[in-house]
Amino acid sequence: MPARIGVVTFPGSQDDQDALRAVGLVGADPVPLWHRDPDLRQVDAVVLPGGFSYGDYLRAGAIARFSPVMESVVAGAREGLPVLGICNGFQVLCESHLLPGALIRNGGLHFINRDERLRVESTATLWTADYAAGQEIVIPIKNGEGRFTADERTLDELEAEGRVVARYLDNPNGSARDIAGIANAAGNVVGLMPHPEHAVEELTGPYPGPATDGLPFFTSILKQLVAA
Amino acid sequence: MARVVVDVMLKPEILDPQGQAVQRALPRLGFDGIVDVRQGKRFELELDGPADEAALAKAREIAEKLLANTVIEEYTVTFGPTLADQAVPSGQAAD
Repeated sequence: MPARIGVVTFPGSQDDQDALRAVGLVGADPVPLWHRDPDLRQVDAVVLPGGFSYGDYLRAGAIARFSPVMESVVAGAREGLPVLGICNGFQVLCESHLLPGALIRNGGLHFINRDERLRVESTATLWTADYAAGQEIVIPIKNGEGRFTADERTLDELEAEGRVVARYLDNPNGSARDIAGIANAAGNVVGLMPHPEHAVEELTGPYPGPATDGLPFFTSILKQLVAA
Repeated sequence: MARVVVDVMLKPEILDPQGQAVQRALPRLGFDGIVDVRQGKRFELELDGPADEAALAKAREIAEKLLANTVIEEYTVTFGPTLADQAVPSGQAAD
């Protein structure tokens, strides 16, 4: 039986279908999850997709955090359920306090939509094991509130514990210490502003390539689940 | 009825590019000497009980849980004029 990877749809989610497609491409069983349903349908891992859940009202991710499905995701994550939050999903993870820090308005106030060069800093998470440490990859970003911020002590902790998952090579928005993604202490929860699910196929990935640098996020988790 | 006002502001150490954009627009409009602008959010909560410490405590709990993200924001709670108060603007006689 293939591993089951769930993707949550909130009202205002945009990239849930792309995430489901990416999950299917690597050979896992994509399972749609619904924001109002606390049932995680026996999934082995969860992706919180990009978009503007609940219209980003109040703060990005602030209201999604209290949805019925998130109560199950938060409880599961604390017991080791692998969770990947992409863009809005990262914002939801920070609002849920599964990850430290916050994502606030980009330094230049612009919504930024472009292919972004990143360096993978940690391969010790369930979602990045298939990368080589220090590998440079290209993955699109598209956000207006993607500037990662946290107090200095938290940033030092993240660095010291190897929990910075990816850094921008050309910091687009003023993110603290060029941080594009982080992990929790256990390494099962990862949040990332760039969109690996938009870099999984030659036809639709970054042009002129590399087009499929996002795939290892999905192959990594699949291998972990199959091995488990 | 009680009205509790919750003001939410970015912490002073957090860069506020929206406030900065507003500040930069002011000289063009002829307003000089504005050295800083910070932008925040104001929530007005109508409570059905009396305007007492319990009302403030409830508003603080709401602010802590939902209205503010205390990683980046700070908040204050104060009593505001209720809708009944506002029916007669201060300084004006009722008909």
